[in-house]
Amino acid sequence: MSNDYTSSEAHPIQVSHETARPYELSDVVPPSETNFIKVDDFRFFYGKKEVLHGINLEIPSRRVTSFIGPSGCGKSTLLRNFNRMNELIPGVRHEGDITIHGTSIFDPSVEVIALRRRIGMVFQKSNPFPMSIYGNIVYPLRIAGQGDRSMLDETVERCLRSAALWDEVKDRLHESALGLSGGQMQRLCIARAIASRPEILLMDEPCSALDPIATAKVEELIIELKRDFTIIIVTHNMHQASRVSELTAFFYLGNLVEFDETRKIFTNPSKLQTEEYITGRFG
Amino acid sequence: MMKPESRHFFSSPKGKTSFYRMLRNRFLTGLCIALSLLTLFPLISIVILVIRNGLPLISMNLFTQLSPAPGLEGGGFGNAIMGTLVMVCISLLLAVPLGILSAVYINEYAPVSPVSSAVRFVAKLLTGIPSIICGVFAFAAVVMTSQHFSAIAGGVALAILILPIILLTSEQALMGVSVSYREASYGVGATPFQTIWRIVLPDAMPAIMTGIMLAVSRAAGETAPVLFTALFSQNWITSVFEPTASLSVLIYNFASLPYAYHIKLAWSASLVLVTLVTLTNILAQMIFSPKQR
Ligand SMILES: Nc1ncnc2c1ncn2[C@@H]1O[C@H](COP(=O)(O)OP(=O)(O)OP(=O)(O)O)[C@@H](O)[C@H]1O
Ligand SMILES: [Mg+2]
Repeated sequence: MSNDYTSSEAHPIQVSHETARPYELSDVVPPSETNFIKVDDFRFFYGKKEVLHGINLEIPSRRVTSFIGPSGCGKSTLLRNFNRMNELIPGVRHEGDITIHGTSIFDPSVEVIALRRRIGMVFQKSNPFPMSIYGNIVYPLRIAGQGDRSMLDETVERCLRSAALWDEVKDRLHESALGLSGGQMQRLCIARAIASRPEILLMDEPCSALDPIATAKVEELIIELKRDFTIIIVTHNMHQASRVSELTAFFYLGNLVEFDETRKIFTNPSKLQTEEYITGRFG
Repeated sequence: MMKPESRHFFSSPKGKTSFYRMLRNRFLTGLCIALSLLTLFPLISIVILVIRNGLPLISMNLFTQLSPAPGLEGGGFGNAIMGTLVMVCISLLLAVPLGILSAVYINEYAPVSPVSSAVRFVAKLLTGIPSIICGVFAFAAVVMTSQHFSAIAGGVALAILILPIILLTSEQALMGVSVSYREASYGVGATPFQTIWRIVLPDAMPAIMTGIMLAVSRAAGETAPVLFTALFSQNWITSVFEPTASLSVLIYNFASLPYAYHIKLAWSASLVLVTLVTLTNILAQMIFSPKQR
C-alpha cells in the first residue's frame, strides 16, 4: 500500500461504529508528522468564563508532548478538548478549531464516538470499572461490537503487555480490578486506553496519585509507548516532563506562553515567565 | 503497664473542671441511652404482643387452608398470603420498570430539564400522600371502569404507592455512581446508552434493589389501598380479575368479628405479615448492602 494518506481513503476518525479492519497507524500516517494535531486560535468558555484565550499549537505525531503550567491555567481543559470530553459539561462553548491529521474534530461529519475511540485517555485518578481486569480491557471492544473471543483474549494480552502489567496479573485476569494496587490500577487504565488501538493517548497527571516506584514504571511505559502513539501528558512534575517528553508547552492563565523542545524549555527558555516557573519562582 | 500519673499530657489544667466535665459527659450519655431505649420500647412491645398472641395458632394449616366460616374453628389464611404476594408482584411489575426508567431519564439523560424537575417534585409529593388516596384513585380508575374489585386494581393502588419510593431511591442510587466511571466509559467512546446499561446501572443495582425491597415491605403491609380495590375473598385466587384476599385486609376484617378463633387468626396473620416484612428488610440489608470499593 502506498503512503499516500491524502488520498480518498476515509479519515480514521470518521470511521463509524461498525468496526472496520483493525486500523494500522502505519497505513496512513507517516512517522512523526510535524503538525499531526493542530490547535488553531482556540478559545474555550465555561459558561461566560473564558479559560483559553486563543491557543495556537502544532503537535507532532509519535512524540511525547507535555503540558506544564500553574494550577488553573487550562491544561486539562485543552487536553479534554482533543477528544471532546468537555462537551459532557453543560454550558461550554468554543471558538477556533482543532484539527487532527487535517480534519477538524468539530466537523459535523466527525462522530464524537468514533473520535474518542481513536483517542485514548488516562485520568488523574485511576478509574477502572468495578469489573474484572479482563472485563475492563475488553470494554472498549465490546461497546464497539467486537465479540470474538480469541480476538478479545489476544487484545487483553497485548494491552497488558504494553502496559507492563501482564506478568503481574496474568493469573488473575478474571478477578476484580478493584483489588489491584494504585499503580497497577493506573497501568490497567493505560491498558484499557490503548485497547481500541487509538493513535493518540491523552494523560492528565497520570502519576499524581502514585508512589515513586509506580511513577517510574508508568514513565518507562510512556517512553515505550511513544513508538506507537502520539502522547500528550499534563504534569506538575518538572522532572517528569523532562524525563518523558520531547516537547513541552508552558501555559499560563489560559495562554500558551512557550512551546519548544523540552531540552530547550528546561535549559534555555526564551520567555522570562517560563524560566521563572521552571526555576520555581512562582506557580 | 503505664504508671498512673496525676498530671499527664491530656489532663486539663484544673482538676476540678475536669471532674465536672466528666460528670456532665456521663449524665448526657446516660440520657441518650435512656431516650434511645424509650424509642425502642413501642417497637419491642408490638413485637412481643404480636408474637405472644400470634404464635399459638401457627402451623402448616395456616398457610395451606382457607379461613373457617364465622363461628367455626380450624383452617388458616393461605388465600390471603397468596393474594398479598400476587398483588405485591403486580405492583412491582408496574412500578419497578417505570420507576427505574424514570430515574434513569431524570438523572442521566436530562438532569436539568423542566420535565425532570417536575417529575422529581411530583415524586416527592407522592411519597407524602396518604395511602388511602392511592386506594381511592385506583378505585375510580380501575374498579369503576372495569366494574370489578380485583387483584389488578389492588396492584395498581400499591404501584402508585411505591412508585415514588422506587423512583427516588433509584435516583439516589444513580447519583451515587462515581463520575469517574462515566468519564472512563465516555472516554473510550461509549454512547450514553452503553454507559448507562453497562456501567452505571450495574453499579447502582444493589442500591436500587434495596429500594425495591423497601417498597415490597411497604406494599405488603398496607391495608387502605387494597381495602376497596381488591376487597376480600373467602376463596383461593383463581384470576387477577376477581376480588382477592390480602393479609392486611384479613387482619382488619377478622379483628372486628365477635368470634374468638377469628381474632386469633388475625393475630397470627399479623405475625406472618410482620415476619414477612422483617425478612424482606433483613434480606435487602444482607444481600444488597453496598459492596466496599
Ligand atoms: N467544569 C468547570 N466549570 C467551570 N469552570 C471550570 C470547570 N473546569 C475547570 N474550570 C476552570 O477553568 C480553568 C482551567 O481549569 P483546568 O482544569 O483546565 O486547569 P488545569 O491547568 O488543568 O489545572 P490543574 O493543574 O489544577 O489541574 C480554571 O480556572 C477552572 O476553575
Ligand atoms: Mg488539570
